[in-house]
Amino acid sequence: MKKWFVTLLVSALVLALLPVWAFAAPPAQIPEDKIEGKIYTLEPRETLSLVAAREFGNVLAFPAIVYFNNFAARKNPQLTLITDPNAVKQGDVILIPTADLVKAYLAGERIGPAKGDAPPDDPWGVVTVGPGEPVRIGFAAALSGAGVDVLGIDEKRGAELAVVDRPTLAGHPVELVVEDDLCSGEGGTAVANKFVADPTIVAVVGNMCSSSSIPASDIYERAGYTMVSPSSTAVAFTARGLRSANRVCWSDAIQGPAAAKFVYEKLGLRKVATIHDGSPYGEGLVNAFAEAFKAMGGEVVAQEAVSVGDTDMRPVLTKIGVNKPELIYFGGFVAEGAFLASQRADVGMENVIFMGADGIKAEDFIKSAGAAAEGVYASAADLATAGPGVNAFLAKYEATYGEKPPAPFHLHAYDAVNVIMDAIYHSAVQGPDGTLWIGREALNRAVRATTGYQGLSGVITCQPNGDCGTGTVAMSKVVNGQWVPAE
Amino acid sequence: MAVVSREARVSRAPAVKLSLNRIMLWVVGLGVTALVVWRIAGTAALGLYGPDVWLMQTLNGLVQGSMYALVALGYTMVYGILLMINFAHGEIFMIGAMSGYFVLNGFHQSGFLASNPVPALLITFIVGMGVPPIVGVLLERIAYRPLRRAPRLVPLICAIGASFFLQQAVRLLFGIRTKVYPTVAVLSGSWTITVGEREMRIQHMSVLIIVITIVLMVALYLLVRKTKIGKAMRAVAEDKEAAALMGIDVDQVIMVTFAIGAILAGAAGVMWGLWYKQVIHTVGFIPGIKAFTAAVLGGIGNIPGAMLGGLFLGFVEAIAPTALDISTQLKDVISFGLLVIVLIFRPSGILGEVLTGKKA
Repeated sequence: MKKWFVTLLVSALVLALLPVWAFAAPPAQIPEDKIEGKIYTLEPRETLSLVAAREFGNVLAFPAIVYFNNFAARKNPQLTLITDPNAVKQGDVILIPTADLVKAYLAGERIGPAKGDAPPDDPWGVVTVGPGEPVRIGFAAALSGAGVDVLGIDEKRGAELAVVDRPTLAGHPVELVVEDDLCSGEGGTAVANKFVADPTIVAVVGNMCSSSSIPASDIYERAGYTMVSPSSTAVAFTARGLRSANRVCWSDAIQGPAAAKFVYEKLGLRKVATIHDGSPYGEGLVNAFAEAFKAMGGEVVAQEAVSVGDTDMRPVLTKIGVNKPELIYFGGFVAEGAFLASQRADVGMENVIFMGADGIKAEDFIKSAGAAAEGVYASAADLATAGPGVNAFLAKYEATYGEKPPAPFHLHAYDAVNVIMDAIYHSAVQGPDGTLWIGREALNRAVRATTGYQGLSGVITCQPNGDCGTGTVAMSKVVNGQWVPAE
Repeated sequence: MAVVSREARVSRAPAVKLSLNRIMLWVVGLGVTALVVWRIAGTAALGLYGPDVWLMQTLNGLVQGSMYALVALGYTMVYGILLMINFAHGEIFMIGAMSGYFVLNGFHQSGFLASNPVPALLITFIVGMGVPPIVGVLLERIAYRPLRRAPRLVPLICAIGASFFLQQAVRLLFGIRTKVYPTVAVLSGSWTITVGEREMRIQHMSVLIIVITIVLMVALYLLVRKTKIGKAMRAVAEDKEAAALMGIDVDQVIMVTFAIGAILAGAAGVMWGLWYKQVIHTVGFIPGIKAFTAAVLGGIGNIPGAMLGGLFLGFVEAIAPTALDISTQLKDVISFGLLVIVLIFRPSGILGEVLTGKKA
């Protein structure tokens, strides 16, 4: 009697736990030929979020709709390719995937990898990831150095959280290999040489600074590595026809003129002086700004430059003060920016407005410049167009690191990791024992083929030159020791 | 050392021989000098900058130069005695700036700085000038003394290693984030004076930096010239063996030299923090290089030379981009170019390297 009772209890327990176990198991991979769902024509004023909420009870499911739709659209000309999920219109024909597909997508699964018995042929070489071995993705940013470390640490956290959210890739753990490139050309090339000497590194998230990215990209190009930079905004980065160089942020060819337009139209100023820090980023940005400002009819009364590491800005401020600018536009990073902003008052220029860009839009700028930070403007990514899930991401960020993001590029770093991971799914071949073969050129193609990817920073669609970011720039201003949107 | 008697200076090499090499160098030097003069005249003729600008740039340069000079003294004194360049001296400066930060920030957070600014600043300076000599003396004891009889290159390499060690140790101990000196209300005011038609501002802090520097320089001069330990330092600089035979504790004198250099660097570090606000573990690198340049410019091993070299370098850095009407980005090019030109005409620096009979 007792024995019978125990047997029954155990059986019941097993039966009860079976569905839980089945649910906890990693979702099956999504083979290409299993993309199923229903074809649907959008009604007037219907958005993808509405569709996602109605069909799946989850607004955050809409990136999954875009993903599967765009995949199916390549084979089915009847479907509309969604390049901007925020701009779908009545009459667009889309594929609404099955609930299982959406669930798999939200769990981090993507279409692929293709099944195969042998490594693919790839002109740039193939990375072999054996069963149980990690997929290793390089990450390079400045993690030390005055005024740039905070930007790099912020990016590193963004990339780390991407791996926390998607810890496995086709059954392999994902590993981020972090290196400090010091935001310099030497550091960038040193890290690049280290990564290309390590055949297990699949692709690189980085570099952070254009100063590092530009020389590093030449090394990656020769080695057939693909890099996706979260924050190298210099025009020159993607203007050299390299296949290795990709970025999920905007180009300064967008940021500079946007800032010029803001100064001319919103602030109504006509006389500006520009200063850059000698970096490709600073110089390119300032030139783009100055050209646009002159084209609008404004006057650039002085164009100056300092060096990274300079501390005494009074001489340069005294010099440009003679020309009586109404605003100083600065292309550079936190340390030099804070020295310039805080030393303005010492030479009687406290009424001259100071404006920078994404390189200074960090909490450390306000901390370093103190009271002089008040009223400073900076341009950076427009979070109003950012994707869903940003709030959840920010909450997770704060819970993990105990502070709010201190710099602007954590979302881009998160997206860069995800773009690479998705591209690995799309390009890799998986053997019967779980071995993953990743062709470097196939991976590069897959990164460049990214279309309508709804990331946290916005919609990511790669142009043929490697510019994948949304390019929406918003102005911020320091008010009461906080960066707030400037109207 | 600088203050070694004049007789010692006489014994240097005879007048420089006129070789083809030297003549070519002179031609290059004179050519560059002529170019600079022509350029300055051009800027002056332009009339863009009023007297207020020149005065302001001079003041900017003197403040920056004061800090270079204080750091340069440490390089030059150690060279005078040991004939070695202590490349870790920039890191000693950084440790001064860091120690000052922790004290002042503590006072700022406890409210003591707001209620008693003068004692708070005094304690900041005492700690900022007190910690570096401890590190400096330990450095000498651990890294340099065992190598005193080694070839000259060996302690030099060791100094570079020590520099990395100190920098990275501070990085690991206190983190890599930039530390910001709190604003001190009593020091943040300024005087406004009228020059020509334009107003110009003189920061209280800038005057204080120059005054503190002058006080420390006078104190150093008196110490070296008038005290017993100063006399011992001069004796050791002239001839270590002879000084030891006369009953001077050479090790102790070398230790004191390191400590004095470190105290001056510490003072410069605290002033650097108060003036520029941001400090980080790499803050000593550039001032260290510049101060070394200043010491060579003035004549390495020569104390007044280091003072003059520091002030001169700071002055040129501040005023040259305006005077030559070129980008401020080039100020480092100008300062190192200046070094080259000075060394062409005076290979041993402005005031001359002081060589004792034995070394020459």
